[in-house]
Amino acid sequence: MRIAGRGFNRCAPLVTFTFDGQSYTGRAGDTLAAALLANDVRHVARSFKYHRPRGMLTAGSEEPNALVTVGYGAAQDPNIRATTLEIYDGLTARSQNAWPSLKHDAMAVNDLLSPFLSAGFYYKTFMWPKSFWEKLYEPIIRHAAGLGALSGETNQDTYEKAFAHCDVLIIGAGPAGIMAALTVARAGADVILADEGMAGGGRLLSETYDVNGRPCEKWAADQLTTLSNMENVRIMTRTTVTGAYDQGTFAALENIVLGNPEAPKECFWRIASQRSILCAGALERPIAFPNNDRPGIMLASAVRAYLNRWGVAPGQTVTIFANNDDAHRTALDLIDAGVTVAGVIDSRAGALALGDYPMFAGGQVIATKGRLGLSTITVLDCNGTHDIQTDCLAMSGGWNPTVHLTCHMNARPTWSEDILSFVPIDGAIPKMLVAGAARGVFSTLGCLAEGIAVANNTLRELGLIESQIDIPTAENSTYHIEPLWQVDGKGRKWLDFQNDVHVKDIVLAVQENFRTVEHMKRYTTQGMATDQGKNSNVVALAVLADATGCGIPETGTTTFRPPYVPVAIAAMGAGSQGHGFAPERHTTSHKATLDRGAPMMEARLWYRPSYFPKPGETTWLETCNREVAMVRNHVGICDVSTLGKIDIQGPDAGAFLDFIYCNTFSTLRENRVRYGLMLREDGHVMDDGTTARLGLNNYIMTTTTVAAGQVMTHLEWVSQALRPDLLVRFASVTEQWAQFAVAGPKSRDLLNSVLDTTIDDENWPFMSCGSIDVAGVQGRLFRISFSGEHAYEIAVPSRFGASLFRLLTAQAEAMDGGLYGMEALNVLRIEKGFITHGEIHGRVTANDIGFGRMVNQKKDCIGNAMSQRLGLLDINREQLVGLKPVEKTGRLTAGAHLFIEGEAAVSENDQGYVTSVCYSPTFGHDLALAFLKDGLKRHGNRVLLVDHLRDVQTWCEVCHPVFLDQKGELSRG
Amino acid sequence: MRLPCPLCGDRDRREFYYQGHALMLERPLRDAGDAAWDNYLHNRDNPAGETRDLWHHEAGCGAWIVVTRNTVTHEVLDAILVEKARV
Repeated sequence: MRIAGRGFNRCAPLVTFTFDGQSYTGRAGDTLAAALLANDVRHVARSFKYHRPRGMLTAGSEEPNALVTVGYGAAQDPNIRATTLEIYDGLTARSQNAWPSLKHDAMAVNDLLSPFLSAGFYYKTFMWPKSFWEKLYEPIIRHAAGLGALSGETNQDTYEKAFAHCDVLIIGAGPAGIMAALTVARAGADVILADEGMAGGGRLLSETYDVNGRPCEKWAADQLTTLSNMENVRIMTRTTVTGAYDQGTFAALENIVLGNPEAPKECFWRIASQRSILCAGALERPIAFPNNDRPGIMLASAVRAYLNRWGVAPGQTVTIFANNDDAHRTALDLIDAGVTVAGVIDSRAGALALGDYPMFAGGQVIATKGRLGLSTITVLDCNGTHDIQTDCLAMSGGWNPTVHLTCHMNARPTWSEDILSFVPIDGAIPKMLVAGAARGVFSTLGCLAEGIAVANNTLRELGLIESQIDIPTAENSTYHIEPLWQVDGKGRKWLDFQNDVHVKDIVLAVQENFRTVEHMKRYTTQGMATDQGKNSNVVALAVLADATGCGIPETGTTTFRPPYVPVAIAAMGAGSQGHGFAPERHTTSHKATLDRGAPMMEARLWYRPSYFPKPGETTWLETCNREVAMVRNHVGICDVSTLGKIDIQGPDAGAFLDFIYCNTFSTLRENRVRYGLMLREDGHVMDDGTTARLGLNNYIMTTTTVAAGQVMTHLEWVSQALRPDLLVRFASVTEQWAQFAVAGPKSRDLLNSVLDTTIDDENWPFMSCGSIDVAGVQGRLFRISFSGEHAYEIAVPSRFGASLFRLLTAQAEAMDGGLYGMEALNVLRIEKGFITHGEIHGRVTANDIGFGRMVNQKKDCIGNAMSQRLGLLDINREQLVGLKPVEKTGRLTAGAHLFIEGEAAVSENDQGYVTSVCYSPTFGHDLALAFLKDGLKRHGNRVLLVDHLRDVQTWCEVCHPVFLDQKGELSRG
Repeated sequence: MRLPCPLCGDRDRREFYYQGHALMLERPLRDAGDAAWDNYLHNRDNPAGETRDLWHHEAGCGAWIVVTRNTVTHEVLDAILVEKARV
């Protein structure tokens, strides 16, 4: 019910929304919870386990009950807290966890079955028969469990993530946070003031007293305006700081106003700060009395917030049940607004009424009635029991400082007997100070004063001059509280409203010897719901302490972990879905390649063509076979720009390479290329490639595509850490040069048709390199071959890559040649026995691949010492061999293992494994590269290839890994 | 987590690649023997407390640095270029 003339948004425009299909009107600035209460809708949810009717318990982000689903289809978002969701025109919200309707929920039968569903019931039931678990029990439980539901469609909403930096991060813009921000900002520090509310102010937005002679919400608005006009202050509203991490890093979730389809929904922030001040305030806690969960029973502070901030009375006849002074304010504000207060039940025997309302000092609420909403309470006091008709009970068991962030780095809070709650310890988070209610200071004046004092401490730590700021005048009442955690009486006394945990569950846990707080939590699921037990944990601890006979300080708390509020994975991973999952690297021929219909494959971040289908070709193999034959008989073009290219310069460049590679490069002549093998320090092969000497002090190294980054990091390591004595500098130039392989018997003729000066075999022998000009552009030519054919690689600056690719393709096609992709490239290299990372997979040595003699023993290099370990020189190691099927049609598969005739195909008898296979159109059968125990000596032997996964068994002949042209006459000729 | 790169200043740890203990700087001579090389490559303490690790500012300036930090408190105490950390 809306109260005329009340609420800070009383003049705001009207907004229309729906809840469970019914249309309602609210005011801009209302939360869904406020707008529903204004329309007298108080039953909004069904509980998780027992499907009990529930209403709003709080008015903030700690809400356990009022969770709703917003939107439909792909945009459906479950478990949105109605207490923080701002309404907008067109909002469609639905209750969840109820079928067929909120009012008549079939699963409410669980509530009747509750004696059988106590804590831990699923540990004790569903045990037999064993086979029923997977087929029957688990599907039923999974169907019944869960809060809300996802649509199953891909979420089309956009999310963002961002970084922010500041000198001082202030968390919470209540009285302490505002004063801290003013103090720090006036000293010139860069400030971020973050608050989870739609406007700063904190509790000041829900109270009616004055600060500095102004109504407190107006005073807060004035200060925030002042702050927002300062250049060094950034106010982030709707932004919840969710976690505290190392070195002043904080995570924060910004809710961007809903209802704008153009805007992202949420933004996940990482905030790096020099110092931080936690002014997160405090949360009120409930009292455990019988059936304390009916719609209409809420926290006293929430009743006050709905009344003062939104002008909504949550009931017509309100009662209050408390153990402290603070809750009496609720009674005074209600009376001021003209709402009937039917009684204040204060458990403290000596409590006095602060206004004109019926007072039940020393009383307790021992029972409640009302199926879908509160109608009656029963009060027990020294005069006996009284029934009171009431549709709203405001309860307060005291206040808990919001210590969560102070515990994110392993600190535990300490118990304070003064406020009967936990307070943060000093130094819990490095460079963070805590001020105000978050530290257990509950008067407004105390919070204002602390904000200034703590901010000045922060300024001192930063070496800045303190600000002289007057403390505003404000209420300074003392907080009086006496312990009251649970009330005796029949019926369930709810603690964790979201996970349906009640007092008896805790007692049961203790009976079954789950006595420590962490055991109790897991046994009962207390505090394990999406609200993380913000309201209920302290009360549950007190109940546990009572049941075990240990005190609360000895019982301690469970671990507070980030995030403080639920964070969508979509927000944390914003931008990383689909194409954003990983960067894509495209070659200069990418577009031309796609235009020719080539399917792409990924090589790390690069995209490379698998094959170039021609009209009429129906399978990849058909295309691949054609491309292989084309290179063997005519000429083929392939973009090889993705290989890593590192430009190495300096007088010690040769010496540096001698230390990096196991073979020698300082002796390489200028304009010559050499194959190099790089080891890891443990003696295994790291990478291979060709390195060319372009000038006296200038080399260009090529790496494999996949190891380019690893090799660059390795070179940085060796040069900075191990050999800073060498005068050498290097840079990755992979993206600066477009490079194309021109391979096949006609490759020289093709090049001569495009180069400005023709080349011949005498001046350009195998493994030579140098400058060339192509159409007036200076480039580089390398006579190297990865196909075994007479071949070259031609490189030009990347900006000319696309046009050179076009030119080479056109010339090749005029000579019966054309483009070839990765499939053909792979066949060509297997036929020639060239290795890739399929073979040098991290566990092989130079010996294993037949290159043992490349490890020059006249010099030191990375990996030299360890490559000579006995274990790595063992002749029984697996060595690289070739495999051919004995029957021409025999199938070879990669990953298959090798066995000897007559031995069972089990791992004990394993002789080796297959690393690469292809169908060779040149030979007309499959070929494979494999590692075989003592393989060098077994050429000509027969082994059985067994692939248990693909159900393949093939007799193979072991042979030299180079199948084609072992003497290298084709590439040299 | 943030690391103070000696060249770039405080940076988010996502810019860095982690390598391991700074013992890797003390490379044995080639003929130091299997035991010395085995220690160099494989044997590491796992201290609860101060440790010196190697980090590479891979997504930044490319510097390899030695970071002294506390594995219990996560405190970062110092960061210097590897060249200056060599004994």
